[in-house]
Amino acid sequence: MSNPLHEHHATGESSAAASHGSLRSYLTGFILSVFLTAIPFWLVMSGVLDSKIATEVAITTFAIVQITVHMVYFLHMNTRSEDGWSIMALMFTLILVVIALVGSLWIIYHLNANMMPGGDMSQMP
Amino acid sequence: MEVTAGGGDVAAEVPVFCQTEEHSHAGGGSTLLGFWIYLMSDCLLFAALFATYGVLGGSYAGGPSPRELFELPLVAVNTTMLLLSSITYGFAMLATYKGRVHATQGWLVVTALFGLAFVGIELYEFAHMIHDGATPQRSAFLSAFFTLVSTHGLHVTVGLIWMGTLMVQVGRRGLIAENVRRLACLSMFWHFLDVIWIGVFTFVYLGGMLR
Repeated sequence: MSNPLHEHHATGESSAAASHGSLRSYLTGFILSVFLTAIPFWLVMSGVLDSKIATEVAITTFAIVQITVHMVYFLHMNTRSEDGWSIMALMFTLILVVIALVGSLWIIYHLNANMMPGGDMSQMP
Repeated sequence: MEVTAGGGDVAAEVPVFCQTEEHSHAGGGSTLLGFWIYLMSDCLLFAALFATYGVLGGSYAGGPSPRELFELPLVAVNTTMLLLSSITYGFAMLATYKGRVHATQGWLVVTALFGLAFVGIELYEFAHMIHDGATPQRSAFLSAFFTLVSTHGLHVTVGLIWMGTLMVQVGRRGLIAENVRRLACLSMFWHFLDVIWIGVFTFVYLGGMLR
């Protein structure tokens, strides 16, 4: 009866040992991060892209890619560590973060837009 | 568990709904997952601060704007310090798993120096801003800015204190299982702070210059 439990523990330990990372993975992550940091700084400091929106979209994309690189190469995030509970917690957190960020920005933007000082409030629906 | 059908004495037929004999857990076996969940809750704290900054980041109240305040070369140096400290902590962990005490200590010292440089540069930047009258009380933008960035800086400071403690621990007791576990937790904390910093330099500093 207790055999499955012992096997479960054995696999848990081996997957933890596998997620330590290696010199190669740390260096890969570091080199990728250097480029992913340098490019957005260069984009903003030199102003090569004419439109601000395009620059914003570009630096946001670089940030998301770099966060993923750090998660994979430095934090050794994968779908197997801790039997999948790590990625489960991460996914749940990401959903909450997106709700908090998008929700706040969206709602407050509309509040600001509808409550501009000097606006004729009697015309509001 | 054997199911005895009929007969038998009464004591043997008491139904068992749970496993009464706990299987043994190695000490601290779930610490890393627990620490990961703590980091996720910390992530929510930062999400709230980022949302606040996103909402208030344009309210200057007639005060200085990000464009007048931020010095991107300084931020680039700061980002480099934190990124370098991340990779050197990685080297410390590699040395730890090989059981090399002196290499671990050495890389921890290098990491701590980069971390101290980061905190030092940040304090210099804050002092410079406050000297120019850009205090947290000046505008909603500055309140949100100081709250978000200094919360991150406070985390780095706590990480440095923790690192010092672990250097003493490793020096006195060597790389025993408990210390390896603690080093692994600090590793997650340290890399996590670098992840948060990616958000800070992208949305606060670089995004601020674009406003």
